[in-house]
Amino acid sequence: MSDLRELYQQVIMDHNKRPRNFREIDHANHLAHGNNPLCGDKLVVYVKLDGEVIEDVSFKGSGCAISMASASLMTEALKGKTIDEAQAIYDQVHKSMTGEETDRNLLGKLEVLSGVKEFPARVKCATLSWHTVHAAIDSDHDISISTE
Amino acid sequence: MSNLNINTIRADFPILHQEINGFPLVYLDNAATSQKPRQVIEAVSHYYLHDNANIHRGVHKLSQRATDLYEAARAKVRQFVNANSDKEIIFTRGATEAINLVAQSFVRPMLQPDDEILISHLEHHANIVPWQILCEQTGAKLKVIPMTQSGELDLTDFDAMLTERTRILAVGQVSNALGTINPVKSMIARARAKNIPVLIDGAQAVPHMTVDVQDLDCDFYVFSGHKMFAPTGIGALYGREDLLNAMPPYQGGGDMILSVSFEKTIYNELPAKFEAGTPNISGVIGLGAAIDYMWQIGIDNIAAQEHHLLDIATRKIEALPGVRIIGTAAEKAAVISFMIEGVHPHDVGTIFDQQGVAIRTGHHCAQPVMEFYDIPATARASFAFYNSEEEVDALINAIQKTQELFA
Repeated sequence: MSDLRELYQQVIMDHNKRPRNFREIDHANHLAHGNNPLCGDKLVVYVKLDGEVIEDVSFKGSGCAISMASASLMTEALKGKTIDEAQAIYDQVHKSMTGEETDRNLLGKLEVLSGVKEFPARVKCATLSWHTVHAAIDSDHDISISTE
Repeated sequence: MSNLNINTIRADFPILHQEINGFPLVYLDNAATSQKPRQVIEAVSHYYLHDNANIHRGVHKLSQRATDLYEAARAKVRQFVNANSDKEIIFTRGATEAINLVAQSFVRPMLQPDDEILISHLEHHANIVPWQILCEQTGAKLKVIPMTQSGELDLTDFDAMLTERTRILAVGQVSNALGTINPVKSMIARARAKNIPVLIDGAQAVPHMTVDVQDLDCDFYVFSGHKMFAPTGIGALYGREDLLNAMPPYQGGGDMILSVSFEKTIYNELPAKFEAGTPNISGVIGLGAAIDYMWQIGIDNIAAQEHHLLDIATRKIEALPGVRIIGTAAEKAAVISFMIEGVHPHDVGTIFDQQGVAIRTGHHCAQPVMEFYDIPATARASFAFYNSEEEVDALINAIQKTQELFA
């Protein structure tokens, strides 16, 4: 059960129960739908960009604890960052989930997501919101992505 | 209670005796696929060690032995579903391929635009998608028998749904997602009274109950071997001989022909007409061995043990606060779909696995059923006769552990 405790630790449980930035953004200029058809995880990520800066980022949707907590943590981590900074964090999160060497300073609180690497069937749950925000920022129109 | 000695039974299934994440394996994913007894594994192994050759061809001894084993298994399948003749048993890759075969070879040639195909809301995707493909090809329409909140078929308007345009009724005998046992015998009678042919998807029925296609009076019956203790990749189609005779071949190739020239090819007789190419010989032999094994245990004993497990598991789950069973039909096979309040089914699956308890989580290839209940997924425990009462307790314990973790 030790791996399990590592995966479902307090931070994850807290963000699952009370997801941060769980709302729509009225004047979002970037938006993407994320869908994991195998699990039924579905979310929408809203981004308000001011030039190169992520002025606001939020999400709505439903899914397992891992996908909800990951999305919530994502919004906290990226708010106020530039697109380049966000990209660097995105890369670190991916590395942490695949067991690669990471920069702890950059990863910060997001390190809790690395527990998912012990559960290969669940990695997609944790990456869904990150793929979705990436797609939202990259595209200037409504876009749908799927992790399957 | 059943007459089975659970320890003797479990000794037949070598895979059950292992630890997962430091806990004894509790395998409750039997509706996805069943485990295989030593008798089946050894039959397949014996074939490859001693008898392997291609069938229906060589004059040499091995080919003769392989052919005899293959056809002996066909006779067992015939007896297993009580078909009239061995010619009515076609080996396929599984229930899915058998449904596609009937859709394309039997139904498609007679379909006109606006003809109707009738299925039910409870179907597995395998009994939905082949018919949707057919509708796209021909302009026919798919009609769906609705379901009730308890997970039973709503047959209120069933007779009205059997119209003069209905070309086939295709329905599952047992729902894989909820375990509901459908009243197929009376449904078949009502359809056949209007000369509407009927296909029964028996994939979830054959592991649990005696099947008699003549008593059911269906036109087609399909099932997969791997859910009834046989290897994967083998299944069977039962079809009425006169219908199969009139149908064009599904696939072309070796074994399904009598003679080939570039001018004219003459198709083989039943059942070879529908078995193009070298078949899954070892799978067929494994399926025959699985049937022998089920007969040896006794299908009534299997059903009794599973119902016993279903009863105690249902009672114990119902006594737990915060757990809801999805699918509460009066007649059920040993399948329990459930939701733990506040915990997504995928988290349930992972937490259970950490305690050695293997269940299925997801939509169970029955997304319309999930949409009916407005849920993305369920956790599903499905029992076989080799499961024990201790394993029911392990399931209950896993639910409680999950609730503690998420408290």
